[in-house]
Amino acid sequence: MVKTHVTMTVNGEAAELLCDTRATLLDVLRDELDLTGSKEGCSSGDCGACSVMLDDRLVCSCLVLGAEAEGCAIETIEGMADDDRLHPLQQTFLEEAALQCGICTPGFLVAAKALLDRHPDPTETEVRYWLAGNLCRCTGYDKIVRAVMLTAADMRGEPR
Amino acid sequence: MLTSGLSQQFTGGRSEIEVRAATVRQLLGELDDLYPGLGSELGTDTAIAIDGEIFQDPYLEAIGADSEIYFLPRIGGG
Amino acid sequence: MTTNGNGSTQGNGLKWVGKRTIRPDGVDKVTGRAQFGADFTLPGMIVGQVLRSPHAHANIRSIKTDKAEALPGVKAVVTSADFPELPSTFEAAGEVMLNFRDMSCNVLARKKVLYHGHAVAAVAATSVAVADQALALIEVDYEILPHVIDVIEAMAPDAPLLHDDMFTIGVEPTPDKPSNIAKRVEYGLGDIEAGFKAADVVVEREFTTKAVHQGYIEPHAAVATASEDGQCHIWCSTQGQFVVRAYVSKLLGLEISQLRVTPSEIGGGFGGKTVVYLEPLALALSLKCHRPVKMVMSREEVFQASGPTSGAHVWVKVGATKDGRITAAEAVLKYQAGAVQGSPIMPGCMCAFAPYDLENVKVVGFDVVSNRPKVAAYRAPGAPISEFGVECVIDEVANKIGMDAIAFREKNAAREGTHAAYGPRFGPVGYTETLRVAKEHPHYHAPLGPNQGRGVASGFWFNIGGDSSAALHINEDGTATVISGCPDIGGSRASLVIMAAEILGIDVDRVRPIIADTSSIGYSFLTGGSRVTFATGMAVIQAAEDVVRQLRERAAMIWEIDVEAVVWENGEARPSGSNAGEFDPLSLGDIAAKAGKTGGPINGHASLNAQGAGPAFGTHICDVEVDKETGRVTVLRYTAVQDAGKAIHPSYVEGQIQGGAVQGIGWALNEEYIYDEKGRLENAGFLDYRIPVASDMPMIDAVIVEVPNPKHPFGVRGVGEVPLCPPMAAVANAVAAATGLRMADLPISPPKLLEAIDNGL
Repeated sequence: MVKTHVTMTVNGEAAELLCDTRATLLDVLRDELDLTGSKEGCSSGDCGACSVMLDDRLVCSCLVLGAEAEGCAIETIEGMADDDRLHPLQQTFLEEAALQCGICTPGFLVAAKALLDRHPDPTETEVRYWLAGNLCRCTGYDKIVRAVMLTAADMRGEPR
Repeated sequence: MLTSGLSQQFTGGRSEIEVRAATVRQLLGELDDLYPGLGSELGTDTAIAIDGEIFQDPYLEAIGADSEIYFLPRIGGG
Repeated sequence: MTTNGNGSTQGNGLKWVGKRTIRPDGVDKVTGRAQFGADFTLPGMIVGQVLRSPHAHANIRSIKTDKAEALPGVKAVVTSADFPELPSTFEAAGEVMLNFRDMSCNVLARKKVLYHGHAVAAVAATSVAVADQALALIEVDYEILPHVIDVIEAMAPDAPLLHDDMFTIGVEPTPDKPSNIAKRVEYGLGDIEAGFKAADVVVEREFTTKAVHQGYIEPHAAVATASEDGQCHIWCSTQGQFVVRAYVSKLLGLEISQLRVTPSEIGGGFGGKTVVYLEPLALALSLKCHRPVKMVMSREEVFQASGPTSGAHVWVKVGATKDGRITAAEAVLKYQAGAVQGSPIMPGCMCAFAPYDLENVKVVGFDVVSNRPKVAAYRAPGAPISEFGVECVIDEVANKIGMDAIAFREKNAAREGTHAAYGPRFGPVGYTETLRVAKEHPHYHAPLGPNQGRGVASGFWFNIGGDSSAALHINEDGTATVISGCPDIGGSRASLVIMAAEILGIDVDRVRPIIADTSSIGYSFLTGGSRVTFATGMAVIQAAEDVVRQLRERAAMIWEIDVEAVVWENGEARPSGSNAGEFDPLSLGDIAAKAGKTGGPINGHASLNAQGAGPAFGTHICDVEVDKETGRVTVLRYTAVQDAGKAIHPSYVEGQIQGGAVQGIGWALNEEYIYDEKGRLENAGFLDYRIPVASDMPMIDAVIVEVPNPKHPFGVRGVGEVPLCPPMAAVANAVAAATGLRMADLPISPPKLLEAIDNGL
């Protein structure tokens, strides 16, 4: 087993570790940094449960090697709330019951935040296609899409 | 009323039987007297509907004079 | 998005029931803090991996594990030799009767492997990499046998035989030759020959459905630890910690009290996590090496080796008069059980015609084994398959007569007092309500464009009650903890908190829920069968009523009056009238603060076996558009109407309806297990096992109807399973309306539809 030294920032904090060269970024986040909010649903980049931001790009962390994160800024679900203030998406998901079992929720929140940070006024179709890389089996997507649209309106300061 | 599987195994094909009993426990005893083994078989793996209400474990439930009893498989779920 | 139908009698003056509160576990779920099965770790933990069969059917001549055991870093290796041999009889385990020899053989193969992916051995090692190396060092000598996958092929007399001791039960006389048919069952009423003779119109059709997986996003995961004195603890993602305890102790020959099972948060189950796969292996490994062992399935393993639902062959025949009365209904159902017996053929038979008031009906069913993973429950197990065939034929009959699809169903609908097709008479049920609401919904009257079609279908599931325990502890400051034993898959703990708060009369935020492990709460049957809000809810209500009784007694003691003169209202004790005395009300907090002085801690308990679960019906409307150049079906609009009895938390009831409807759409249009000519699963991943994604679906309009179940204090009927029953037929009927083609073989995937369009099927 070969390990390599990796430094990166995760949710704004410096992280430094010896990383197995075969380990994925998801493995590193979960097993080395104890950030288990990102989930492993498929390890083939099909379900989106492992979604994180890598230097402002939305990626499946199961498809990124830990070593590739050298020098990068990672944002995970754990960094989404600001101290005890939930991000508007997190709050709206709760109010709109946009989660049932909750396993896909971190991935959806990271992906939805990436959408609204770039496109503050998406249509329903745009929301659905942006989130097509995140699988949910419990909700049928209805309340998730509604929650994202409502949050977008809130964040634009517009009536719902 | 029995399902066809049970009626074939125990009652020679009869699926409707009239019995006198005041509780399910008594009913099973009566059935065992009439058809040896039937009562204990019904006690373990079946649910019972009494006048339409399904009970999964009804030994102490009361049965009325004209109650209609159905024996059904235990129902699970997913 | 909620409509209250008539008959909502228990709805007046409720403070919390029916409100859309924020679920108590919600913040942990949206911040990633909640611990699911694979998120749990213990100090000194090592990992386990499973060696799986590369063949669909083979004898195991020998297994050599010595090289694997010698690899540095490997701490334990187990095969079926490490598991006791169990007799092949049906035994009680908790609430169900199961064949434990079959279960043991599915967990680890004994003399044969019966499907591609069947577990053969397991190793525990210091890392996944070492464990994988160890697997490669295990030498298994297989003698490959011919295999069979398809249910009809498996029933043929010369089919490859999976079990030489399988003699079909339910046929007279019992066959003298073994076969792959485990069982034949039959249900019926009346005289179907006479019924068909009386019909003006008869439609019969054959359908096939493929095996589909529940598709939970969280793979199976467990951590097991065994101490040197045989005390064992398992943490796992499960729908039923008590069921895991019962099965694992049986499989490993432990006393139940030796094993404690803690459920993690669960990332989806739908019935697929009501059985054990990794738990017995992880514990067996830990018993050998006394280290905690963590095992997590890969997505590929989930598809290869955890139970999908049955694939099936369904034949349906329905006869009706020209004014729309069904005179006879018949079906023959053949369900795949997978490698060992136990498909949901019985509920499939019983539910097939359940929405209808029939004099003459006959349903015959077969439980058939074949070389694929053992099936597990999937939302209303068995019913979606049979109801698919029936609802398609009902549609065709209505068309032939020239009657509206909903009107035809209304004319034949089961109501209170109807003799169900499976035997007993219905109590109050809401089927006709769902039909009426669907008929009056704007969706049903919206215009359609070219290549578009609308389909309707209904569905039914019994719902169950069962064993549940609950405790309600009053804290010294007047807040409360409600403790129960059913894992929360979809928001049920929010409903339990609502019910407790309602009875106690306090703010819902002052009640916190705990889902307890098997040592910390009384026996509770698993989460499934749409039972938690009903049965565990009933236990919570009784525990709360027990607490209220105690609170009144304490108040009476404090005021030195008779307990009969104390009432509990809005979270306070007050004298029932001015002649009882002039006392200021005592809040829950006031009384709790004095608990020690008035007799001790105030806690309520209830353990019950809930009877009287209310059956539920749903009616769905689906609009599709068919692209004639690609065969792609787009669902344009979907409305799902369902009788919930009483929606304790409407948002989570809607969620169940929406989720089930979309699973059904996936089952109808895309999902299937694909096997190669060697019997190996080809699409064991989410890329090629295509479940619906957000861009496939429209909004799902979930409409709740409330015809209360008189057997529950708030009128609750289970809601989780019915939604999966109507969608496949609703979609197929919509496609038929759009194209004139009756697609009877699921899934209606683009290549198949395109071929039918091109050849004018």
